[in-house]
Amino acid sequence: METLKYLMETLNNLFLIIAEFIRGLFADPHSVWANLTMNVINFIIVVIIVVLAALILILLERKVAGWTSQRPGPNRLGPRGWFQTIADALKLMGKEDVTPAGADKFIFKIAPMIIFCLPMMTLAVIPYGRGMAPIDIDLGIFYFVAISSISTLCFLMAGWGSNNKYSLLGGMRAVAQMISYEIPLLFSLLGVVMITQSFNLGVIVEAQDTIPFIVLQPIAFVIFMIAGLAELNRAPFDLVEADQEVVAGPFTEYTGLRWGLFFLGEYGNMTAMSALAATVFLGGWQGPGFLPGYVWFFMKVGVMIFIMMWVRWTFPRIRIDHLMHLAWKVLLPLSIVNILLTGLGIYIYRFVMGG
Amino acid sequence: MSIDKTQELVLNMGPQHPSMHGLFRMVVHLEGETVTHIDPKLGYLHRGMEKLAESRTYSQFIPYTDRLDYLASPHNNWAYVQAVEKLMGVEIPERAEYLRIIFGELARIASHQVCIASTALDMAGWSAWSYAFRDRERICDMYEMTAGSRLTVNIMRIGGMSAEPPEEFWPALQSFLDDTPEMLEEYYGIFFGNEIAMGRLKNVGILTKEMAENLSITGPVLRASGVDFDVRKAEPYSIYDRFDFKVPVRTGCDSYDRTIIRMDEIVESIKIIKQAVRDIPGGPIMAKVPKVIKPPVGEVYHRVENPKGELGFYIVSDGTTKPSRLRIRPATFINLQMLPIVAKGWKIQDVVAIFATLDAVLGEVDK
Repeated sequence: METLKYLMETLNNLFLIIAEFIRGLFADPHSVWANLTMNVINFIIVVIIVVLAALILILLERKVAGWTSQRPGPNRLGPRGWFQTIADALKLMGKEDVTPAGADKFIFKIAPMIIFCLPMMTLAVIPYGRGMAPIDIDLGIFYFVAISSISTLCFLMAGWGSNNKYSLLGGMRAVAQMISYEIPLLFSLLGVVMITQSFNLGVIVEAQDTIPFIVLQPIAFVIFMIAGLAELNRAPFDLVEADQEVVAGPFTEYTGLRWGLFFLGEYGNMTAMSALAATVFLGGWQGPGFLPGYVWFFMKVGVMIFIMMWVRWTFPRIRIDHLMHLAWKVLLPLSIVNILLTGLGIYIYRFVMGG
Repeated sequence: MSIDKTQELVLNMGPQHPSMHGLFRMVVHLEGETVTHIDPKLGYLHRGMEKLAESRTYSQFIPYTDRLDYLASPHNNWAYVQAVEKLMGVEIPERAEYLRIIFGELARIASHQVCIASTALDMAGWSAWSYAFRDRERICDMYEMTAGSRLTVNIMRIGGMSAEPPEEFWPALQSFLDDTPEMLEEYYGIFFGNEIAMGRLKNVGILTKEMAENLSITGPVLRASGVDFDVRKAEPYSIYDRFDFKVPVRTGCDSYDRTIIRMDEIVESIKIIKQAVRDIPGGPIMAKVPKVIKPPVGEVYHRVENPKGELGFYIVSDGTTKPSRLRIRPATFINLQMLPIVAKGWKIQDVVAIFATLDAVLGEVDK
């Protein structure tokens, strides 16, 4: 029994132990050089998480698409089709890299690079386990939302730089949609911030040791899910890349790896948004002790991603005026009411507890 | 001067565009995302069917009709061979008439399923698309059993049918008929009952009764605008007067009714097929027609109710083995007139939906 407990403890803190070991290699474990090395290692790990997530999710998306529409999905390459994504990536690498003649070349080329960087920046503040945030900053939620809103700019850059009418329409849609949905997204997170009195994601997870915030903030969770889907341009809010209307929106003119970077960025952002949902509402790495915390965390992220894919392949696309209507007339008032109710709840709680 | 006025954007959609069924092209003038003017450009699939007919014998032209509305090819066969039979005054055997009814109504179901599927797909309802196509596959299998091909069936001949359905056809048909209510429930559950789909389709692209009549719209599109007109009832051809069925009419005049009326029609088609299976007599499937078909001098116009509307063949015979002139009245070509009128003022998204509900098949539009 004791050995089992010890083993669990070791497994739970496996990455922390490794980190301590690497730090211990330096003469002074807290010198500038040690910190720098640790940051580089953390960064590499986040990059690996993003790329691995994209590789797995692209296949999972196609599998989920298959299951919802009653067909097997990719099943030829490797066991059960697991090598399909790798083959797709190789195919993309072999494609000619075309820049349209009339394109604004600098903007056209830099847009996919930026969008690929965003999930790495956002995933860096997520606590993957107890004390396992690659970068532990106090304004975690604030930083996350601020960074993820840069993706609006990327879509606009791609839409404008491509010199294509479909791209331009898609880019304009992206701006209208993503800026509108950012407000309910942020407001839905405010309730949790009020309860924990902290923007720090680690503190928020620690506060959920008895009860995850989805129980205390169910309305906020629903708002977060809807606004998050819109923020990510996932169906039913995929107006930006609506292939039946604007062909592929801002991505119309992109080929080969540049297009692949957009794809990777999309799945990376999806992972990041799911990670935030899991952290803020589902209790992050908290869970029954028979599994290490990071396993719980990734399982919760997986569930969120699966729900997003399920929604995508089931729902038709929403109309643009209904989209705006939903954001400004439904979600925004609802999130403000949620903040008000949360405030009242906190006030009553303190009154009852005699604070 | 108003400041919210933006420069007009001229967008060329098609012929290669994900939502353009077949090779349809439209030049869309946009004010922001609002459509101010649509200019449809046709002819990318023009094969000169009418001219081709003049250099083919009457029987040789039957496979060409398959390529008109390729989603409901038995109907095109039917309209053409009946026109020729009318010209020659041939009576065809009972069993052949019943088989024609069965295949015609199966084709109607298949065509409507494609319409439902592509409407869903044009709104990114991916699963609804594959559900409808999965069920259409069973009809294709039944075609294959009988005629050997799945899309361009070429199953009717002047004077009857080309082939007797094999034994395994009847159980397959029966199980298909039994499963249909469940299928329709599934389509409703996954697509038509969806809040977002309703929001996309309801009260969008209003085609009023007057407009529909003035534009000589036919088929489900007309009936969704509240006009009770169906060639099967108005001018019964073949043996449609023996069957008990209703013509579904809806009064919504919008995209939603134009799509969901096809579900109602599937229900009625099922009823007709059930009656036909019950009553089908034995006997030959071909009338005694001369080896070389030489209709007498004269002209004939025959129309049938194709899944998309009224399909008519006008044939002028000069007494030789080849028609002197053959004119096709395609249903969707004429229905397509409404697109620039109805789509004006709607968003580009709605134009895609309106176009999908027209169920245009470019093989028929361009001929």
